[in-house]
Amino acid sequence: MKAPRRPPEPVQVIKQRRDATLRALVEGVPYIQYLGMQFERKGDELTGVLPFDQKLIGNPMLPAIHGGVTAAFLEVTAIITLSWTYLWEDVESGAINTESLENGGLPRLPKTIDISTDYLRSGLPRDAYARARINRSGRRYASVHVEAWQDNRNRLFAQATGHFLMPQRRD
Amino acid sequence: MATKTDIARQFIEAIPHSKSLGMRLTDMGEGVATIEMPYDEKLVGDPETGVIHGGAVSALMDTCCGAAVMSHPENPGGTATIDLRIDYMRAAKPGQAITARATCYHVTRTVAFVRATATDADTDNPVAAATGAFTVEGAR
Repeated sequence: MKAPRRPPEPVQVIKQRRDATLRALVEGVPYIQYLGMQFERKGDELTGVLPFDQKLIGNPMLPAIHGGVTAAFLEVTAIITLSWTYLWEDVESGAINTESLENGGLPRLPKTIDISTDYLRSGLPRDAYARARINRSGRRYASVHVEAWQDNRNRLFAQATGHFLMPQRRD
Repeated sequence: MATKTDIARQFIEAIPHSKSLGMRLTDMGEGVATIEMPYDEKLVGDPETGVIHGGAVSALMDTCCGAAVMSHPENPGGTATIDLRIDYMRAAKPGQAITARATCYHVTRTVAFVRATATDADTDNPVAAATGAFTVEGAR
């Protein structure tokens, strides 16, 4: 049997690089911090998490999460997942500069062209989760579908499809 | 006596998220609503340029469209968003307030149809446009 050309990197080295990149993406954007959003990572799979907060309420009578918050949550999940996928190769090869990322050198983010949100049921005063699927990502444009749920993964409370303009490589 | 518009205005300004974003309803009635959202650094989506995140614009659009539906004479009560599509035409100028104006242009017994635009100080060049469908509640 042929030996691999390069021994695999120690797990903590690769984890550190992945987590530093994700942290830079999420913590560098004030609006994501304002919403209180976080991202959980399993390998390359990301889940957006929106912990419930009183300031996210849109209908105090029900109460329900504001429709704009739901739209924003889906849009942020799409943008971060898209950026993450776009940076993945550089993260894996080590080409990415984690030191500059940690000092606030945020990579350029995709820009939203349009996003269409479906409200399937009202957002309850509970934590919400979202995952994005990139249906197509070319050199300039990307099409992304996002699903959000609360207590049950198969009872979505919202979904969205958005189109994004990809950042152009700076080289 | 408080009119339907007074009640709706109080209601919108009592929405915790709208209040958190500093939204102010400046005009409302007959299916049209205008809401202003001041510039705030906490809403920035791109720290390099200081441009407001699209998500905050979505929240403004959604609130404004809902207000337009509620102010329509044929809508007896509250409303909820069925779907909302937003087109982002350009980045809003950092430092400037964003104003959304929504028109509820058609109401059936069950559905209200709305369109909206958002502008910064350059009112001839919209920042974003939205179209949506909303529920009509309390109808028989």
